[in-house]
Amino acid sequence: MQRIGVFVCWCGSNIAGTVDVKAVAQALKLEPGVVFSTDYQYMCSQAGQNMIIDAVKEHNLTGIVVCSCSPRMHEATFRKTAAAAGLNPYMVEIANIREQCSWVHKEMPIGTEKAIILGKAAVAKVNLNTPLTPGESPVTKRALVIGGGIAGIQTALDIADAGFPVDIVETKPTIGGKMAQLDKTFPTLDCAACILTPKMVDVAQHDKIRIFSYSEVTEVKGFVGNFDVTIKKKARFVDETKCTGCGDCVDKCPMKKNPNEFNMGMDNRSAIYIPFAQAVPKVATIDAGACTMLKKGKCGLCSKVCGAGAIDYTQKDQFIEEKYGAIVVATGFNPISMDKFDEYAYSQSKDVITSLEFERLTNAAGPTQGKLLRPSDGKHPHKIVFVQCVGSRCASCAEKGKEYCSKICCMYTAKHAMLTRDKYPDTEVYVFYIDVRTPGKNFDEFYRRAVEEYGVNYIKGMVGKITPEGDVLKVQASDLISNKQLHIDADLVVLAAAIEPDKSARPLATMLTASMDTNDFFTEAHPKLRPVESPTAGVFLSGACQGPKDIPETVSQAGAAASKVIGLLCKDKLTGNPCVASSNEMMCNGCSSCERVCPYGAITYTDKEFRMPDRTTQVRRVASVNPAVCQGCGCCTVACPSGAMDLRGFANNQIMAEVDAICK
Amino acid sequence: MNKKNLREEIVLRAGVNPKKCMKCGKCSGTCPAYDEMEYHPHQFVNMVDTGDIEPLLNSESLYKCLTCFACVERCPRGVEPAKLIEAVRLSAIRKQGANRMTPNDVPAFVDEDTPQQLLVSAFRKYTK
Repeated sequence: MQRIGVFVCWCGSNIAGTVDVKAVAQALKLEPGVVFSTDYQYMCSQAGQNMIIDAVKEHNLTGIVVCSCSPRMHEATFRKTAAAAGLNPYMVEIANIREQCSWVHKEMPIGTEKAIILGKAAVAKVNLNTPLTPGESPVTKRALVIGGGIAGIQTALDIADAGFPVDIVETKPTIGGKMAQLDKTFPTLDCAACILTPKMVDVAQHDKIRIFSYSEVTEVKGFVGNFDVTIKKKARFVDETKCTGCGDCVDKCPMKKNPNEFNMGMDNRSAIYIPFAQAVPKVATIDAGACTMLKKGKCGLCSKVCGAGAIDYTQKDQFIEEKYGAIVVATGFNPISMDKFDEYAYSQSKDVITSLEFERLTNAAGPTQGKLLRPSDGKHPHKIVFVQCVGSRCASCAEKGKEYCSKICCMYTAKHAMLTRDKYPDTEVYVFYIDVRTPGKNFDEFYRRAVEEYGVNYIKGMVGKITPEGDVLKVQASDLISNKQLHIDADLVVLAAAIEPDKSARPLATMLTASMDTNDFFTEAHPKLRPVESPTAGVFLSGACQGPKDIPETVSQAGAAASKVIGLLCKDKLTGNPCVASSNEMMCNGCSSCERVCPYGAITYTDKEFRMPDRTTQVRRVASVNPAVCQGCGCCTVACPSGAMDLRGFANNQIMAEVDAICK
Repeated sequence: MNKKNLREEIVLRAGVNPKKCMKCGKCSGTCPAYDEMEYHPHQFVNMVDTGDIEPLLNSESLYKCLTCFACVERCPRGVEPAKLIEAVRLSAIRKQGANRMTPNDVPAFVDEDTPQQLLVSAFRKYTK
């Protein structure tokens, strides 16, 4: 028989406001097995924990029930308390009388009654608890970073600087991501390339970092500390070890009319290309869809001019298998497609562009060498209209836009408007906004400078429609402050397109069994307290794959993710979760139901010899669980038709005892 | 009918929630009849929401809305201003004798180019 202590927490007035905690303690004292029961203001405080430790010693307790907040909040705290008192940590049960009781009820009698019932269920469960000991597994001391933008670069550098090897997998031919495409960065207006490219070089030169560019993760197996990952190195038809990045092949290639992705398709590149001058690795890549040698077997010019002999038309996709202890997701974002916003005429006029395209138009390495010229006729625009929130905060048009605020647009639009006025004072600049959101260090000051010092016209009101007419764009919008309709003949319109997670994120989340929200942003383990960890152990989040973020925020989150990874890789062994499934081989009928439902691939079937009651030997097919892989979700226990599968710590008989206690 | 009841009746009839409005003004920005109106679509939404409906009932703006539904199509929050305007218009013309159109008015509008549908829709909008 257990000797159980019950500890009812007030949580200040959080619980005590709607639950009569003394009555709960009194009622639970009468439950079978309970030898001690008390209440206290803050059970999780040092004094509260000491109260538990003293009670364990004084009353020889073998089990503990804490009636308090959700176990997600403080179960770990009270398990440590139990361990400090010399008990097995798994002899603690939490009755959640806050989130599931006091916070959802308004009246004291109802709250109290429910708290008592929840407490009784927990007591019934502890009566059947058995001490559990977690297993251990080793840690592979290498990290994988998926995505080579500023988020991935910063995370990789921080992990590598701590002495652990890191691999970066980047799907494009170069690392650098979106930041490499930017001209200047708010609010200090540093040139993006000047602060990013040194970091890219650091990555390339770091002896602990390997870059897999033009590569993708195709398979992830295993678990925290022991991931087995398959990386596909796509054929780039250039030997990376030989190519010097001289660019002779790029100059000679006759197939020059391919849209240049790096310049948002606003100019062309050759079939063999290096995305930009500071690319890392600075290695040419052949676009197989555009190269006549690969398509028709004719040409071969690049091979002839290559002094290093690096061109290899026979190169095939390569699959690399590697082990990692931790995985960081840094897959980033993209602007959404503007094709469905007919009212803004993006597909009808070349002079309606997105902000990222504007960024390339003003970038010295861009298609116009940094001169702000209209894409349609190469003339200097004298009247520019910026439209904010295109596709952001769009609750009614899921097929067009996104419900969330994209967060970065207010600031980069202020930057674009300010820089335009600075460089071309003869240009009239209008910004149409719904709200200007500038919460960040020196952000609002920056926006005000655009208005007060640079004379940017900020107009409250969304643009209604844009109609191309001759060589102007007729912009119709309502000025809500002066309650007037505006008709502006603009030369150039810039749309602040909403941003969305990269399309590769969803299949990657499936591979990693990491959860996502409805917008395909990765979900963090806790929105406030564990913002850089995925709920899946060993998977960490960096940058805009978790939610819209600007560069300062991305870099700080990247560092935070790195520190979590370092904390994991520092350990030689990981303590597992002892609450895993186990199969009673005598009852298992070998039906494979559990194997089919297991999301983690933790269950295998083996043929085993059994001694039968009549002293014969029989070979039977039975399930066995790999406790290191099992996450304790319990799917198998539900699927098992013969009741052979059971979950330690959440055994079928324990759950039935809880149900009985509630229904009594 | 008091202010609050009138607001609720109109919101119920329109089947849309003016509270969803984030005051972006895209409805007015897109409205082809803006210049004809005393109260513009975004004001309509706000005035219905705050129960300030009396001035709307007495305003010619009610009949200037073309019901083209450009605002409904483009509203990012699903407020659908044209439906609110229609609901207020019905409140005005459902009063006894408030018809804006009688069969006698029809011949004056008819010529070869007038689509029948226009007359049907005008009757729907301007009679009880």
